[in-house]
Amino acid sequence: MTQPKLALEAINISKHFADFCALNKVNLKLRHKSFHALLGENGAGKSTLVKCIMGYYHPDEGEILFDEKQRSITNPHHAHVLGLGMVYQHFTLIPNMTVAENLVLARPQLPAVINWREELGVLQSKMAGMPFQVDLNASINSLSAGEKQKVEIIKQLLLDIKVLILDEPTSVLTPNEADEVLTKIKNMTQSQDLSVIIITHKFREVMNFADDVTVLRKGQLVGTAKVDNVSAEQLANMMIGQEMNTQPLERTKSADTTTVLDIETLNVDDDTGLPAVNDLSLQVQSGEIVGIAGVSGNGQKELVQVLAGQRRLISGVIKVHDEPYYAKRQQMRAHKFHCLPEEPLRNACVPNMSVADNLAFRRFDRPPLAYKNWILNRGAITSAARELISRFSIRTWGPENPVGNLSGGNIQRTVLARELSEEVNVLVVVNPCFGLDFNAVADIREQIMQARNRGTAVLLVSEDLDEILELSDRFLVISEGKLVYETTPQRADLTKVGQHMAGH
Amino acid sequence: MNGEDVGLFGILIAVLGGAVRVGTPFLFVSLGECLTEKSGRINLGLEGNLVMGAMAGYGISYLSGSPWLGVLVAGLCGIGFGFIHAMLCQQKGVNDIAVGIALMIFGTGLAFFIGKPFIQPVAPRLPSIGFGDWSDSPVVRAALEINVLFLLGLLLAPAMWWFFRNARWGLIVRTVGESADAALAMGININRVRMLSTMAGGFLAGVGGSFLSLYYPGSWNEGLSSGQGLMAVALVIFARWNPLNCLYASLLFGGAAALGPALQSVGITWGYYLFNAAPYILTLAIMIATSSSRRRVAGMPGELVSR
Repeated sequence: MTQPKLALEAINISKHFADFCALNKVNLKLRHKSFHALLGENGAGKSTLVKCIMGYYHPDEGEILFDEKQRSITNPHHAHVLGLGMVYQHFTLIPNMTVAENLVLARPQLPAVINWREELGVLQSKMAGMPFQVDLNASINSLSAGEKQKVEIIKQLLLDIKVLILDEPTSVLTPNEADEVLTKIKNMTQSQDLSVIIITHKFREVMNFADDVTVLRKGQLVGTAKVDNVSAEQLANMMIGQEMNTQPLERTKSADTTTVLDIETLNVDDDTGLPAVNDLSLQVQSGEIVGIAGVSGNGQKELVQVLAGQRRLISGVIKVHDEPYYAKRQQMRAHKFHCLPEEPLRNACVPNMSVADNLAFRRFDRPPLAYKNWILNRGAITSAARELISRFSIRTWGPENPVGNLSGGNIQRTVLARELSEEVNVLVVVNPCFGLDFNAVADIREQIMQARNRGTAVLLVSEDLDEILELSDRFLVISEGKLVYETTPQRADLTKVGQHMAGH
Repeated sequence: MNGEDVGLFGILIAVLGGAVRVGTPFLFVSLGECLTEKSGRINLGLEGNLVMGAMAGYGISYLSGSPWLGVLVAGLCGIGFGFIHAMLCQQKGVNDIAVGIALMIFGTGLAFFIGKPFIQPVAPRLPSIGFGDWSDSPVVRAALEINVLFLLGLLLAPAMWWFFRNARWGLIVRTVGESADAALAMGININRVRMLSTMAGGFLAGVGGSFLSLYYPGSWNEGLSSGQGLMAVALVIFARWNPLNCLYASLLFGGAAALGPALQSVGITWGYYLFNAAPYILTLAIMIATSSSRRRVAGMPGELVSR
C-alpha cells in the first residue's frame, strides 16, 4: 500500500511576535482531495499558521511542502501562482465595484484594456461549473453577507487553485447557508482536484463535513485525527485543555415584573439613507433577558446606535418606564440606562485616555468623583478605578494605562465594569463575547446573568446563536430590519430559527 | 432691434462663453483631483500647483516664445509638486490634508517669489479657435472664441471615465482607492499607484494654472487665482468622483463665475462684486444641499470614507 498523497504539509512551523510565541513547532498534513478542519479557540494560532502557509508571515522555523515539494512561499502572490487560495474572515471584495469587476481584478494577469463584453461572456460560461450562482452585474454593496462569502469563494475557485483555505467561512452565514456552502465545497473535493483547509471553532461543522481534524491550543499542536475516530467531547477537551464547564448559569425568578424598555414602531435609516430598521416594536421587562438573533448587517447596528444616542431615528417612540427616551445624558442617568456596544474601543472608549478616566465616564461630573459637580477629584477617580479593576479582574499595569493599550477582552471588561458598576435598570449589550477566550466568555456571561437576576432589563443583541440560547429568557430573530420570529430557548426549533435568520 | 433684446441675448451668450473660459481651469484641476482622490488620497495642494503652473507657464512662454512649451513646463511643475505630496504622505503618520495645506501655501509663495520679474512683460498667449466667426456680432464672436486647451479637456473627461472602467490601470487605481487591504492582497504597490496618481493629478492642475496666465485672464500677477484649486476639491465631491460629472460641474461653476462680468458687459454694474461671489455661494449651497447628517456621500472612494 502506498501512503496517500499529501497536497500540503507544514513541518515544525514556529512563529514569534516579539516575546509572544504564536506557534511552536506545529505540523499539519493535508491529504490530497480531503476536507481538513483546523480547530481551536481564538488566539490558538490557527490564523497565524495559515498566514505562514500563504506567505503573509515568514515562519521563524519550519518548512512548507506543497505537492510534496519544498517551497519557500515569500508572499501571497507567490502562493496564488503555486495554486494556493485563501478566503479571509473579513471580506476582501471592493464594495463600490460590481461582482464581475471584482472577479476580473482577482486574475493574476489583467489585460491593459478590458473588453467587458468578452469578459462577461467568459465569466458567464465559467459560472456554470461553480457551486453557487451570483449576478455578475450586481454591485457588491447590494449583496447580503452570505452572497459576498459565495463571491469570495468563487473568486478563488476561478483561479484554478489546488488548495483552498477558508478562515471561519461560516461566521457571517445562517446555519442553512453554512450547510449549503460547506456541502458544495465538500462535493468539490470529491469531484475535482481540490483540497480544503477550513478554520473553525464550531464542532458541528467539523463533525458533519471534515475528513480530518487538527487541533491547536495556545500555539501548540494538540493532536490530529480522522473525524470518524473522534467524538465532539474529545475534540472539545483537546481544544480547551480541560473539561468544558457546561453547568447552566443560575437564573432566579423575580417577584414582580414591569415593562422597562418599550420600543414602538421604530424606523431607522443606515449611512446610505436606506431603511435599516423597519417598524420594529419590542418590550423588555425587568429581570428579563431578551435576545435579538440574526446575521450581522440586518439592522442590529442601527437599532443599538439609536438606543445609545449615536443615530437619529426616523419615526417611532422609545419609552423607558413609560417616559419618552431620547438617549440624553440626564435621561440615561435618571433611568439608569447602560450600554455595552459592539467594538467597545471605538464606540464606548477614548483609546488615549486612561483606564481610570474611561471607567469614570458615567460618574466623573458628580460627587464623589467631583467637588460641587465641576472640579474633578483625581484621587477619588483613581481609587474608584482600582476597585473596579480588581472586582472585574481587568488586566492592566495600572489605572493610568491608556485603555487602547489593553487587549480586546480587557477592554470589554473595562466597559462592562463601567456599565455594571452601579445599579442598572436597562442594559443593552451587543456581541459581548466576540473574540474572547473561554474564561473571559464565562465571566462576562455570568455578570450579565447576575444583572438580570438583580432585576435589570437586558436587551442582548448577538450574532452568536449559542449565546442567545444560553442567556436569553426569550428571543426574537431580526431579518432586514424586521423582527420576524419570536420563541424561547426551550421551545426553539433551530431549523425554523435559521430559516427566519436567512429571511425565508 | 432695441438694446433690451441684445442685452438679454448678450448676457446668455456671454455666460455661455464665460462658462467655457472660466470653467477650463476648474475642469483640469478637478480632473486632477478626481484622479488623486480615486487612488485614496486628498491633495489640497492643487491650489499651489495651479499658481505655480500659471507662473511657470507664463514665464516659459515669455522666455521661449512658445506658449505650448509653457503649458508643458506648467504641467511638469505640477508633477514635481505631486511628487513632493506623495513622497511626504507615504511616510509613517503623515496626514495628506496637512501636507496639502503646506504645499498650497508653499506653491503660491514660491510662485510669487520666482514670478516677480514676469509681472510686467507680455508673453505670447495660447491660440484659440473662432467658432463664432460666422456671426457679425462682436459679442458672439468674443464668446465663441474657444481655447484649444478646453477642447483637450473636453476629450480628457470621457477618456478618464473610460479609463476607470476599462483600463487595467484604471481598475488598479480604483482598487487602491476603495480598499488598500484588497490592493495589498493583490500584490499591488499602493504607494506607487498613489504617487503616480498624485503626480498625474498635479500635472493636470499645473496645466489648468497655465490656462489662467496664458489665456484667460491672460497675464501673470499675484491675484490671478481666486481659489480655483481649492474649489475644485468641492467640485469633485459635487461630481461624485465621476470625470464626466466633473466636466458638467466645471461648466456650471464657470458659468456662475462669468455672471458678474457678463452683466457688466451689457451695462449692468449693480451688484458686480455680489455676482462675482456667485461661484463661492454656489460651492456653499452645493455642499449644504448634498450633505446629510444621516447618510454618507455616495460614490466616495472607500479609503476616503474610512479615515
